[in-house]
Amino acid sequence: MSNPKDLKYTESHEWVRVQGDVATIGITAHAAESLSDLVFIDLPSVGDDLSAGESFGEIESVKAVSDLNAPVSGEVVEVNGDLEDNLKDINDDPYGKGWLVKVKLSGGTDHLLDAAAYDAHVQEHA
Amino acid sequence: MGTTADLRRTPLTDRHEAAGARLVDFSGFLMPVQYDGILDEVKRVRTQAGTFDLCHMGRCRIVGDRRVEAAQYLVHVHVEALKQGAIRYSFFARDDGTTMDDVLIYKDVDEIFFCINAGNRARDLAWMDEVARRYGCTLEDQSDELAMIAIQGPRSVDTMAHLCSGDLAALKYYNFYRGKVLDVPAMISRTGYTGEDGFEIYFENSHAGRIWDAILDKGRTHGVTPIGLAARDTLRLEAGMALYGHELDDTTNPVEAGIVFAPIKHKHDFSGRAAIERMLVEGPQRRLTGFTTESKRVPRQGYDVVDFDHALVGTVCSGSPSPTLGTNIGTAYVIDGKDAPGTHLAMDIKGTRHEIKLHALPFYMRPR
Repeated sequence: MSNPKDLKYTESHEWVRVQGDVATIGITAHAAESLSDLVFIDLPSVGDDLSAGESFGEIESVKAVSDLNAPVSGEVVEVNGDLEDNLKDINDDPYGKGWLVKVKLSGGTDHLLDAAAYDAHVQEHA
Repeated sequence: MGTTADLRRTPLTDRHEAAGARLVDFSGFLMPVQYDGILDEVKRVRTQAGTFDLCHMGRCRIVGDRRVEAAQYLVHVHVEALKQGAIRYSFFARDDGTTMDDVLIYKDVDEIFFCINAGNRARDLAWMDEVARRYGCTLEDQSDELAMIAIQGPRSVDTMAHLCSGDLAALKYYNFYRGKVLDVPAMISRTGYTGEDGFEIYFENSHAGRIWDAILDKGRTHGVTPIGLAARDTLRLEAGMALYGHELDDTTNPVEAGIVFAPIKHKHDFSGRAAIERMLVEGPQRRLTGFTTESKRVPRQGYDVVDFDHALVGTVCSGSPSPTLGTNIGTAYVIDGKDAPGTHLAMDIKGTRHEIKLHALPFYMRPR
């Protein structure tokens, strides 16, 4: 499995793409594959504040419900509204069409893992 | 959870890995949870057939002159009255009537065979050994020497007929015979955990790979593929079958679970009998029931069930999307008086109410 080199990651399997002061957040291919058949997602609304390390929503598959953990802090500026009817986008294109939310960063990103560190983390816990 | 290297493997684990299955820890075994997709696998078993690696299950037998008496103390069914070749569903109960496990009991010529849950294997075996000894009998754990494979679905007979000796089609549901699969001596049982027609076969471990391959090869024209444990869980839930750790556990009794619902006619004592008969007379304070929900949220074990006055009236045991019904389904224990099929209640998910409607079990019965 190869995770995009230009993204940052969390140990709880979220990814972050930083462009200027806006961060796009999603879940990794590994997380999507582990969850498999997705049935429900609960995302925050535009204007909500995310706090790094805290839950910002839930994602539910046939077999389990999992918290989505905010990789960074910031205010939600956009939510992927297409997902509700197209949850499969998260499985099929986790780093593209399967993005979850965009936030305006209010904190740093230094605590995040780079692709190599995340790959190692996944390998270690496989 | 440890790494996968610590987990036990079955004789078929290599094949699951080669087939690209996702493997997880299940009761200490590395088991395939899914192959293609859970919902597709469920549909396949309902419409065609699928194979299941069940080598993790506990399997054992009681041998000795007084084996029938020993087995009788363990289960509620009348063991002496069972014909050779008969199988019954039962449970192990404590003195207070609570359940230690649910089991299948097989009556054979010179042994009583049991299939027990992987997760309860150690304590079941200890309990069975204690009882067997009281009757001068021997408990033999065969879990590590026998393989167990299931094939389930409407195309099971077509697939297995040419692989098995004997008249497979004539074998009645919940009966078994000793014959051969390929050239391997096997116990062939018309049972399953899916609500479909099918077989569970037991045979010596070393042949597992060859037999698994032969079933898949013979079944290819019938659409047979391997099925993971996740689909198996949804299949059993649709069929209204209990899973220990969900519908049954250390606190439940077989009366509220609906396993014992009529007076027990035979006169033999068995563990838990007095308590269970008392519960039958008094009536249970809660009952296991099914329910459906229009909510997108899947029912999960432990969710509160509440009525329209927000009073707690029950707890969810299991839940899943049901590909067969096209809605989310679940089971719950609901207090007496609120448990009638058709009753509208709600499950509470983090303070939000999601309406549910009680539904008699099972949700699904195959056409016969």
